[in-house]
Amino acid sequence: MTEDEVVAQLESSMTIGIGGWGSRRKPMSLVRAIARSDLRDLTIVSYGGPDIGILCATGKVRRAVYGFVSLDSIPLEPHFRQARQQGTIEFTELDEGAFYLGLLAAAHRMPFYPTRAGLGSDMLTMNPELRTVASPYPDADGEMEEFVAIPALRLDVSLIHMNRADKGGNGQFLGPDLYFDDLFAKAADRTFMSCEKVVPTESLLDEGTFHTLKIPRLFVDGVVEAPRGAHFTECPPDYERDEAFQREYAATARDPEAWAAFADRFVNAPSHAEYLKRVDQRTAERAAEGATP
Amino acid sequence: MSAVTGPATLDEICAVAIAETFRGDGEILCNPIGTTPIIGGRLARATFEPDMVMTDTVAFLAANTLPVGDPDAERLIEAWMPYRDIFDLLWSGRRHVVMGASQIDASGNQNLAAIGDWRRPKAQLLGLRGAPGNLVNHVTSYWVPNHSTRTFVPAVDVVSGPGYDRVAGLSATVRANHEVRRVVSNLGVFDFANDERRMQVVSVHPGVTLDQVVEATGFQLVVGDTVDETRLPTDDELRLIREVIDPRGLRRAEFGG
Repeated sequence: MTEDEVVAQLESSMTIGIGGWGSRRKPMSLVRAIARSDLRDLTIVSYGGPDIGILCATGKVRRAVYGFVSLDSIPLEPHFRQARQQGTIEFTELDEGAFYLGLLAAAHRMPFYPTRAGLGSDMLTMNPELRTVASPYPDADGEMEEFVAIPALRLDVSLIHMNRADKGGNGQFLGPDLYFDDLFAKAADRTFMSCEKVVPTESLLDEGTFHTLKIPRLFVDGVVEAPRGAHFTECPPDYERDEAFQREYAATARDPEAWAAFADRFVNAPSHAEYLKRVDQRTAERAAEGATP
Repeated sequence: MSAVTGPATLDEICAVAIAETFRGDGEILCNPIGTTPIIGGRLARATFEPDMVMTDTVAFLAANTLPVGDPDAERLIEAWMPYRDIFDLLWSGRRHVVMGASQIDASGNQNLAAIGDWRRPKAQLLGLRGAPGNLVNHVTSYWVPNHSTRTFVPAVDVVSGPGYDRVAGLSATVRANHEVRRVVSNLGVFDFANDERRMQVVSVHPGVTLDQVVEATGFQLVVGDTVDETRLPTDDELRLIREVIDPRGLRRAEFGG
């Protein structure tokens, strides 16, 4: 599939999960395809990074569901901050472990999972729809302990990015952390997976052990081959984060004209191949300007 | 005077004060977040708490003492610890985290989520992150490099990590799990080891007066009859900080250096 073919499967007002973590292995070619589409009023569920930032800045987000939103090397995501500070999005802010349990509950078709995370904090104040539940079993003191019932984060669609995949939808991560991408796939009605490279099934063990084959095809509905598809986020071992590019992206939040120019040149590039060409041009320009890479 | 024997500077005194928060922890995950806390944690393990395990800040537990901020340093990997396992581990309670705090109050309530009304904040910060879960599961300490009435406040705008007043009404299990052990700032060291569970002065850093600390704090601190001075690093600690853990001097960034 192409990115645009994936977006053609999506509808406004959907709840969309996005894999990765912060500014790490995000399916950015798919995120950009949504950003330049007619979709709107999306609920985005993510361990947030520039995916949430770009979709906020392009007006696609009705509600963001997150534990944090960060660019890692730039701790605060400026486009997301702007959306929160201007009040342009609704939000569900959870403890990041509670978020994991919400995905797990959705993957297991459970209505909720209980946790102590959130007790005593303002997570319950900020999310008045959250309920508590009493343990049916007495603790050592005979007390029926009260827990927060984290509701299932059920998703219409998930988007994830892997290092390798076969065309049937078996995905492989080669970096140090899968994050929660397998749970995003299991928590969603449909999952679309981009990857650095599509390889034959018989080559899936050429670059990593069987432990890396954590996304079986029964949870995947479409594969997009997108080399450097996570750019500018990191995708080890294939590439590190493009820090210079990320700094430019972050700086545009201060200036609407700068953002418009950035969005026009990069976010709205009509295809992923064209985006990569423009990124490489920009890198060359920066080198010519004598900036540090 | 050589680099190793030169007098300790404030950044090094703070790193040692953070290391001291881990004293007695034994075989748990020592999980400091941020440059100065990481230096403190690695220093504690390299000296008086050798049984602690520590991450390389990516996804592995490294058995060797790593230099801070050096992604290419050689790691002696002893376990794989991706994010999901961190959550599983923290719910087991075998962890002591050192987090930052954009605001903290007298009961140890911490805010790193937002400044102002959270519905539409003046400044959106990181979000709740893992603070709500951390505090009700294991020991937490805080590092605040900019001690002032803007950071040490009468009431935090959002409670990310609940303090003692917030957990007082919760279950026996939560109260047993919850411990805000220490707060280390650029001015002193604080804990909650009194009946009221209110922040009290443990020590002030060399060159800092108690009056300065009181003036920079937006609530009434508990002050004992005597106030100690934060201890100086030993020669061995200075050598470890300067030559092994932070040879590039990254620790000075938070201190205007």
